[in-house]
Amino acid sequence: MTTANDPWAIRNLSPDQLREALRKMYLIRKFEEGAEDSYTRGLIHGTMHLSIGQEASAVGACIGLSDDDKITSTHRGHGHCVAKGADLGRMFAEFFGKETGYCRGRGGSMHIADVEKGNLGANGIVGGGLPISVGAALSAKRLKTGAVTVCFFGDGANNEGAFHEALNMASVWKLPVVFFCENNGYGMSTSTARSTAVKRISDRAVAYAMPGVTVDGNDFSAVAEAMAQATERARAGDGPTLIESLTYRWRGHSKSDRNRYRTKEEIADWMARDPIRRMADMLIAHDILTDEDITAMEQDADRTIADAIAFAADSPAPDVADLTRDVYTRPLV
Amino acid sequence: MSRELSYAEAIREAMDIALGEDERVILMGEDIGVYGGAFQVTGDLIDKYGPDRVMDTPISELGGAGVAVGAAMTGLRPIFEFQFSDFATLAMEQIVNQAAKVRYMLGGAVSIPLVMRFPAGSGTGAAAQHSQSIEAWLAHVPGLKVVQPATPHDAKGLLLAALDDPDPVMIFEHKLLYKMKGAVPEGRYTVPIGTAELRREGSDVTIVATSIMVHKALEAAKALAEDGIDCEVIDLRTIRPIDRETVLASVRKTSRLICVYEAVKTLGIGAEISAMVAESDAFDYLDAPIVRLGGAECPIPYNPDLEKAAVPQVPDIIAATRDLVEGRR
Repeated sequence: MTTANDPWAIRNLSPDQLREALRKMYLIRKFEEGAEDSYTRGLIHGTMHLSIGQEASAVGACIGLSDDDKITSTHRGHGHCVAKGADLGRMFAEFFGKETGYCRGRGGSMHIADVEKGNLGANGIVGGGLPISVGAALSAKRLKTGAVTVCFFGDGANNEGAFHEALNMASVWKLPVVFFCENNGYGMSTSTARSTAVKRISDRAVAYAMPGVTVDGNDFSAVAEAMAQATERARAGDGPTLIESLTYRWRGHSKSDRNRYRTKEEIADWMARDPIRRMADMLIAHDILTDEDITAMEQDADRTIADAIAFAADSPAPDVADLTRDVYTRPLV
Repeated sequence: MSRELSYAEAIREAMDIALGEDERVILMGEDIGVYGGAFQVTGDLIDKYGPDRVMDTPISELGGAGVAVGAAMTGLRPIFEFQFSDFATLAMEQIVNQAAKVRYMLGGAVSIPLVMRFPAGSGTGAAAQHSQSIEAWLAHVPGLKVVQPATPHDAKGLLLAALDDPDPVMIFEHKLLYKMKGAVPEGRYTVPIGTAELRREGSDVTIVATSIMVHKALEAAKALAEDGIDCEVIDLRTIRPIDRETVLASVRKTSRLICVYEAVKTLGIGAEISAMVAESDAFDYLDAPIVRLGGAECPIPYNPDLEKAAVPQVPDIIAATRDLVEGRR
């Protein structure tokens, strides 16, 4: 039996849903650790943007979504992709630049999409997905699909013109979209305090006549609760919501980051608030999982990642002869 | 007896047909609803299809273009009107980084069936920020197709072809052509993207022209014919992908080439056509250097005399052609 004092997630989600949420959080963490390791070993070139430390945000935001619901993602999008149900083998294959990857090796880490699962894609342009999400919501409204679009973006994007234009249009047209800002404190090296005139990014919702809420983004339950309210409002035809999820990336912005703009103490302080540990502790406290279950879940995730990396490593590379395939749907003559 | 419509009416008729045939088609743009569009191209379509399908957007070019991209990706067939093509500079991110690249970046997982319309060109006294020709910018981007209809017939047929196309098609419409009348068949027809049209057959020189310059070239050809100079005039119609064979075949026939376009002369469509000929066997047929007539190296000025001087005019085409054919180049 649950009580009114229990977290929202315990009261509103099934034990299966909660276990699945934790499993996905482990998968995201271990996927990114595996990606980092593969990079260090020279198996992946280019760069990547890791979301380690932000897993509760991604999974909490997607827990209530179906495959028909859409998301637009960001350059730091691996978590969103896994949370929306992507296949880890195809994700790794994309990292490895293989033909079996989600983008057949043409996109890499920054452009992974999984259209079948409603993921319209990560985006290399800060704020690039914001108007696109509004377009997806416009389609849902016009075509009466009942789908909601969740637009992930970071704190950096909230100073792009695209953010303001997108929020305004979504509100004017009362579209079924949720703007989900993962505020990890820094746009590359520039803190929100130095870049953003408002104290809370959610304060900007007022300007666009929509609800704006700020949640602890490392608390899965708090994120899932805010999203449940926002998606209910969207599906009811009442329009968009702006959610600001306060979280932190443990790693640097990208591979080039030397972490000169933040202190070791700050990083350690956030690492002590590990969203996965918090989620695991919550599930143990409510007798949904035991310590042994969690150990088994972690080991299972390790195996999944190892299998996914093996799949990617064994997959064929694209044929250079296909360099210009897919620029157009029908090849130009 | 064929029916005549203005260029703007022909575009409107194409959009009317599309809206009537396909529920997925929507129009988006600034003041395209009750106002009817800055150039009265959408006109009264809002009365027939309502504000949900003839959508006024806020003055948000970047956001509006992005909404159109997202809508195209998820099942709608938007036709997005920029009020002036110059304003598309505000939306370059969504056009160039998103609309053009998403299909490729995603390994072919999606198509972006998006049509964008750009009222373009000078001659209206609106000065530098409402008169530029930027079609070559977009034609430089793989993933986009770029067309420039010169006649009411083609304006309708290319728009319907663009809507049938699964990829983003950018349509540059010269503002001075909107009121021009011409024969337009009733009902649905398409003009294939990527095909040029031979507007006048001739044997002495090939003039490859785009958009309004097609009409100036034809006028010049008529005057030159009186002097015994026989011009062949090609209306390029699509600048990405270019109808290479039509151009090369004509150059092989006439052995002389002039490119006429309104956009700034350097690094433009004329350079591309010239290089295309120079890289082909048609180069061996040339009897004279290639000539490019393009816009001056300045923004479009306000003063009417300056404005006219900034883009090729009929006397410029006549003089250049005469010089070329008479061996003064």
